[in-house]
Amino acid sequence: MRGRAAIAAIAAYLLLAGLGFTMSLPLLWMLSTSLKDPRTVGLYPPRWIPTRPGTVAVRGKEYPAGLITERGRKTTVAIIGRGPGGVLTLDARGVERLVPESAMAPQEQVHLEWRNYVEAWKALPVDTGFLGLLHNADGFLVFYLNSLLVTICVTAGQLITCSMAAFAFARLRFPGRDVFFLGYVATLMVPAVVTMIPLFAMMRIGRLTDTYWALILPGLFSAYGTFLLRQFFMTVPTELEDAAKIDGAGPFAIYWRIVMPLCKPALATLGTFTFLHTWNEFLWPLIVIDDLGKKTLPIGLAHFQGPYLTEWHLLMAASVIVMFPVLIVFVIGQRYFVRGIALSGLKA
Amino acid sequence: MGPPGNSSARKREARAAFLFLLPNAAGFLAFTFLPLIAAFALSLTRWGITDTPSFAGLSNFAQILGVHRTHRGLAANDPEFWRYLYNTVFLMAGIPVGIALSLLLALLLNQRLRGRVFFRTLFFLPQVCSAVAVALLWKWIFESEIGLLNTGLRSIGVAHPPQWLLSTQWAKPAFIIMTLWMTVGGYNCVLYLAGLQNIPPELYEAAEIDGAGAWHRLRHITWPMLSPTTFFVLVMSVIGGFQGGFIAAFIMTDGGPAGATTTLMFYIYQHAFRWFEMGYASALAMIMFLMILGLTLVNWRIGRRVVHYQ
Repeated sequence: MRGRAAIAAIAAYLLLAGLGFTMSLPLLWMLSTSLKDPRTVGLYPPRWIPTRPGTVAVRGKEYPAGLITERGRKTTVAIIGRGPGGVLTLDARGVERLVPESAMAPQEQVHLEWRNYVEAWKALPVDTGFLGLLHNADGFLVFYLNSLLVTICVTAGQLITCSMAAFAFARLRFPGRDVFFLGYVATLMVPAVVTMIPLFAMMRIGRLTDTYWALILPGLFSAYGTFLLRQFFMTVPTELEDAAKIDGAGPFAIYWRIVMPLCKPALATLGTFTFLHTWNEFLWPLIVIDDLGKKTLPIGLAHFQGPYLTEWHLLMAASVIVMFPVLIVFVIGQRYFVRGIALSGLKA
Repeated sequence: MGPPGNSSARKREARAAFLFLLPNAAGFLAFTFLPLIAAFALSLTRWGITDTPSFAGLSNFAQILGVHRTHRGLAANDPEFWRYLYNTVFLMAGIPVGIALSLLLALLLNQRLRGRVFFRTLFFLPQVCSAVAVALLWKWIFESEIGLLNTGLRSIGVAHPPQWLLSTQWAKPAFIIMTLWMTVGGYNCVLYLAGLQNIPPELYEAAEIDGAGAWHRLRHITWPMLSPTTFFVLVMSVIGGFQGGFIAAFIMTDGGPAGATTTLMFYIYQHAFRWFEMGYASALAMIMFLMILGLTLVNWRIGRRVVHYQ
């Protein structure tokens, strides 16, 4: 019996590792492409380890390198010219030779082209960006700062407004509480696209399109966050509060000194959710922001695609730039994230 | 809840509740409730955003859903709507496969194996990556000449691999593949993991005493015990599916080729923000809303009957 269990465990492990490897291939390919010399991006067969065309120095001068295979022996030579008759090569002793194109293979060396990241970072110069503070700045710097500003404001705002509302729903009695809460929950079913058009119209009427307000204001409040935190708050035992009430603590003291500290994991959950969601938000910024200097990372990346449509090494470098902080936040906050999914999902 | 207080204490509590609710509720009313009402109203108008909306009754809905008589029989007033609805539903074909794979991953991750947190994080990653970056990545992978997929297919002897995003036939399957990659290890998998951990171990112990094999345990304990999760995951995936496909279409294909990857969501976007037909777009959004609502209600009724709760 124990032998069979061990075999099952090994099989599960192999399957898990195999699936994990397959799933990570696209991301590895993204990373690999982002570090390639542009000349090697389209090579067949695809190179997983980034390379660049090799060079060789003959008599103190750099030439592109080629590889000749003759009678099973490989020789690296310098390529000095190409013509209808073949490739003119120069070997290490300084002897020139004409070699047919078919006998010649490109010589490559492993090379990580970090300059792709610099190039992508600087590719979209912005006249005035990030609250009008930066002039002639690198595009992705501006997008980063915009994304950070919006994401931090929205996350902090939601943690405050949602925890307050959730506290009221979970801990205070007032007329109409249950009906009002049901109204909140009911709107969770409404697709965002339904409210998007009127919201856009409201922003236009209020002359808020193309401002940070348009990005931040609607995100400060959320029925989902209120619902999530209320579910958490309901699970916190009331004994501590009752004791505090006897000591004369008011609702605000209970909220701030007891419920909030006890619910740190819940707040971390909502914080992680909101951070990732706001950071990756695409459609809403796309329709309300037109000014390059106010664009957030996702719409900045989409904009970047325009002039660099087939420059895959730059597109992938820019994609890595956009994804990187998300991965960090996720790896740190994933415990809370996973708990939040389980709680909001199964108790819904 | 504390002991029932006197009426002035209750009043004080209600006043405190009002203050606690105020910031969130004000935002809720302004940015969710009011726009929701406005969306109903707008769907009954013709509005080009720069002019004033004019009341149009149900004409938007009649245009979207209605048919007219031609010399060759009945024809839809807006054939594109039906086509894009079909596209949207077609793209949901990956949902059952995705759910099965999520369950498989959850079953594997639920084993007491070393490094399971690492694997769970790895599988989840695509879900939190910026969808724009993911769409760009897959656009590159699906590139028909030098993309990773087709060079791979050629190297194993497929002489003429699909043109993927350039082909009306293969663009939708390409979207499905990408979505599978993005979602199998994500929310659904984590929900299944939570579901698995809620199954009482006594059930398995009892089954083992009865000599039930692994397949039997899966078929007769795990699967029925997970049915609430499966049901929830399915409903959420379909609801998500109705609203899906926007970023992929926007980044990878612009809804093409020839509308092959235009989903309802993209169609609404086109009407509202490319052609500035706000009334028509609102009516489309309202129809999508009603479909989702209807689906939710129907599923609740079915769900109550087929789902096994402990």
